[in-house]
Amino acid sequence: MVKINGEDCNAAGMLLSDYLKENGYKLVRIAVERNGEIVPKAMYDQTLLADGDALEVVSFVGGG
Amino acid sequence: MDKNTNIPSKEEIEAALELRHTKAVQEKIRHAAVAVCGLGGLGSHIAISLARCGIGRLHLIDFDRVDLTNLNRQQYGIEQLGRPKPEALREELLAFHPYLDIQTDFVKLSEENLSELLAEETYICEAFDVPEQKAMITNYVLEHMPEKYLVGASGMAGYGNSNAIRTRKILSHYYLCGDGVSEKNEHQGLMAPRVMLCAAHQANMILELIIRDET
Repeated sequence: MVKINGEDCNAAGMLLSDYLKENGYKLVRIAVERNGEIVPKAMYDQTLLADGDALEVVSFVGGG
Repeated sequence: MDKNTNIPSKEEIEAALELRHTKAVQEKIRHAAVAVCGLGGLGSHIAISLARCGIGRLHLIDFDRVDLTNLNRQQYGIEQLGRPKPEALREELLAFHPYLDIQTDFVKLSEENLSELLAEETYICEAFDVPEQKAMITNYVLEHMPEKYLVGASGMAGYGNSNAIRTRKILSHYYLCGDGVSEKNEHQGLMAPRVMLCAAHQANMILELIIRDET
């Protein structure tokens, strides 16, 4: 199991970029934290999600 | 009534701040440097809060000019319409603390100039309006400037539901304020009370980091 935004997901073995695409995230509006570290944008398609990972996908909305 | 021209000295203002905040706290605030990126509804109120605290140094950055549609929630006046926001805001702050150290930059932040423009400040407020800009600065600072502390915001449009606005720690050096979901769109706009709530969360988090001083 991978914990993403507080929920258990069946995403172990998936590439981060595939997970984000499948779940409709707009890549230019997000920041991704994995196990306490920022994931550089250039690494999204090289980051393999592993069992026990904890992720937070921050999806920014307009207004300020 | 005549304007009061009897301006207090820097020492008198510092003494008044120490009286309110305590000497130990004021000592930390006086030595802190904060960059505010975006001077709209969030940034203008963050800057006011930190300036009222007597912050050591403020760096105000925005590429926009004051517009009539800003006045529902941003800390500007009619006489400042058309003026660049950084210098208009600087004026507002100096009106209650004439000795503040304020740097202004009338420029659009991008991946090309972030490193240079944010080099001096330990604490950075992301107070942009556009989600792509919020993501850009957040990714850049966390990736390339890991020694900085970043306090950002997402989700503060509309009215009511005050308690949904909160501050969350995302990473050791990154905090995010807002309700995370209320976006500005054709159904709901940005209104002063909720934007000010979110701005107060950001300023309060910055202040906590400064006083906790883990740098």
